[in-house]
Amino acid sequence: MSDLETFRHETRAWLEANCPPEMRRPMISENDTYWGGRNAKFSSEPQRIWFERMRDKGWTVPDWPKEYGGGGLDRAEHKVLREEMAAMSARSPLSSFGIWMLGPALLKYGNEAQKQEHLPKIAAGLIRWCQGYSEPNAGSDLASLQTRAESDGDDYVINGQKIWTSYANYADWIFCLVRTDPAAKKHDGISFILFDMASKGVSTKPILLISGYSPFCETFFDNVRVPKSHVVGTVNRGWDVAKYLLQHERAMISGMGERGVGRPLGQVAADSVGADEQGRLEDAMLRSQISTFEIDEAALGAAAERAVDLAKAGQSHPAFSSAMKYYGTELNKRRHEILMSAGGIDALEWESERSRGGARPRAWLRTKANSIEGGTSEVMLGIVAKRILDLPGA
Amino acid sequence: MALVLTEEQSMLRDSARGLISDKAPVSHLRSLRDSKDATGFSRDLWKAFAEMGFSGLLVPENFGGSGLGYVEAGVVMEEIGRSLMPSPFLSTAVLAVSALARGGSDAQKSAHLPKIADGSLLAALAVDEGAKHRPLQTKLQAVRSGNGFKLSGAKALVVDGHVADLLIVAGRTGGAAGERNGLTLFLVDPKAKGVAIERTVMVDAHNAARIEFANVEVDADHVLGEVDQGGALLEGVLNIGRGAVASEMVGLSEEVFGRTVTYLKERKQFGKLIGEFQALQHRAAQLYIDIEITRAAVLKALQTLDGDFEHASAAVAVAKARAGTTATLAVQEGVQMHGGMGMTDQFDIGFFMKRARVCQELFGDSNYHADQLARMKSY
Repeated sequence: MSDLETFRHETRAWLEANCPPEMRRPMISENDTYWGGRNAKFSSEPQRIWFERMRDKGWTVPDWPKEYGGGGLDRAEHKVLREEMAAMSARSPLSSFGIWMLGPALLKYGNEAQKQEHLPKIAAGLIRWCQGYSEPNAGSDLASLQTRAESDGDDYVINGQKIWTSYANYADWIFCLVRTDPAAKKHDGISFILFDMASKGVSTKPILLISGYSPFCETFFDNVRVPKSHVVGTVNRGWDVAKYLLQHERAMISGMGERGVGRPLGQVAADSVGADEQGRLEDAMLRSQISTFEIDEAALGAAAERAVDLAKAGQSHPAFSSAMKYYGTELNKRRHEILMSAGGIDALEWESERSRGGARPRAWLRTKANSIEGGTSEVMLGIVAKRILDLPGA
Repeated sequence: MALVLTEEQSMLRDSARGLISDKAPVSHLRSLRDSKDATGFSRDLWKAFAEMGFSGLLVPENFGGSGLGYVEAGVVMEEIGRSLMPSPFLSTAVLAVSALARGGSDAQKSAHLPKIADGSLLAALAVDEGAKHRPLQTKLQAVRSGNGFKLSGAKALVVDGHVADLLIVAGRTGGAAGERNGLTLFLVDPKAKGVAIERTVMVDAHNAARIEFANVEVDADHVLGEVDQGGALLEGVLNIGRGAVASEMVGLSEEVFGRTVTYLKERKQFGKLIGEFQALQHRAAQLYIDIEITRAAVLKALQTLDGDFEHASAAVAVAKARAGTTATLAVQEGVQMHGGMGMTDQFDIGFFMKRARVCQELFGDSNYHADQLARMKSY
């Protein structure tokens, strides 16, 4: 047996022995996701057990170096672990912007002290992070952001406002883009800085969305003092860090949605729509929409697998995550349009227990943000056109 | 297995690309079309293909071939797609070899495979009868007669049918149209009494024929596989063909796209390069993404055919359906973005549009495969 086959064998056995059965079912509600952090609570005992076992193995962040609390797996081993977890429908033990976004940026741009300070706490789910990027007047044109950080001795004093800060009201720390040189050109005066959300002068206000949930906040900074040592990378070169992090964010968002797990969408639809004597969905147009969707979904799955393999082979384009983000989010919106159509009037209930509190329409509405957050579909297409296709202008 | 080409596969691609781009650019197809060439492809080039080992690529080594896999066949098909090279590679080296290697007796393999590998034998698969690809609807009658069968019926869209030295014909020995049971594959000599072959000049200037069978006698030794049980063999061979044509469409799409992006960077209107206009940039970006995702789906299907043949149907349906819609989009955008130039015969883009239309129909279009996928998933 090759080393990798041995690893697969051992991994499967370990997962079988350690993943509680409750953690092998599809996630239904927000409560099924564990985000960690200072105020985190487990929604169930199996959730706690599963998290702690994975944490102890370093498998909340399987590919991070062991010295920072990771599992130290190489790409091939990491792929095996993902495949084995997917095969048994094992849930992710810890969801975290620290893992998906900040961690990779710190590994690349952070100094040793910053890595030592923050990475192990992310891996262990001790600190929950939020992302301070967008501002009321800096959405797609992110680099025009105005939150300013003024030098005062060993500190910066930060003033301004962020918006669409996911879960800022639950977050312990923020990674934040601030303007440190107002005189420089817009991309050149930005720094990437980390600070505690409990700092004096930080306040948050949740924004009620069309789904009836408030996953996003407005975040206000009023003379927040942050040590200069909290800048990641070079002062005024924060845009490099920001862009690198965005690649990871886009990869994360393109992977959202419950791709290829659970029952085929057509069978879910048949529950409400019904089937003819040959077992075909009663609604022929919906059936064709679903099968076309499933073709595109399977193809995207192959493309995601290929993207990882291309990266491993050193053949990937750095902007390709924008392509995946565009396609993955548009596809997820299609999935939820189909689910709503399949559900018919049953999918319109907003509060009843029967509808699990309107889970389906709320999820449908939530997906509309997929093609806006982390860069709109239009921005993604612009990036592909300019950076990959090298089309002229702008 | 990693979803990228191995080093050997990349080398194969490079050598196929070198030969094809050198000897058979689109102008090669154009001159065959304009001269109404009777063969429809270049026998010299087919010989060169044989010398390079391409004609025997799927032929097992003990029958004179290289014994490579479907990913490798797809690599060559993709290069064929880029230049629209007319070649018996699909009919003979992919379909016929697959049918013989998977279903043939030792005698049948020995008789035909070495000749295919050395380039001296051309073969064609005759399946379709109606306007749309519906293999289970096969009606061609094969009734027992003496020591064999008598075949009566008609086939259409037989690729390379008018130049083939050997026909592989799907007939019905039992069951009713629509049933899988009762299908049988036959090896038929095109010169046999009762075979009437009409070359059909097609929109894409590639080879195809309609063939009529009037009480054509076929010896029992020339049954390929089991009588009445040819359905599974046929479906397997068709899946290989679907993967191959999907690869051709990936190559075709990428070539059209490349030419179109180049044009966007050259053509000026309103004092600007038209590639500066966001309306075109976004459409170009969408097409690029579409092609990349389709490429991954097609490679996945070919790897599955190589590694897990019996469970490849879903991946193949995904690949053929995606490749069809992607190629259709690519050629339409190609013509549209080239403006009036795209409508001229002098310009090559139209050739790609015509070939894409034929590739859609070959072995089931996108709608057919979407329906198949829904059936596989029981809805």
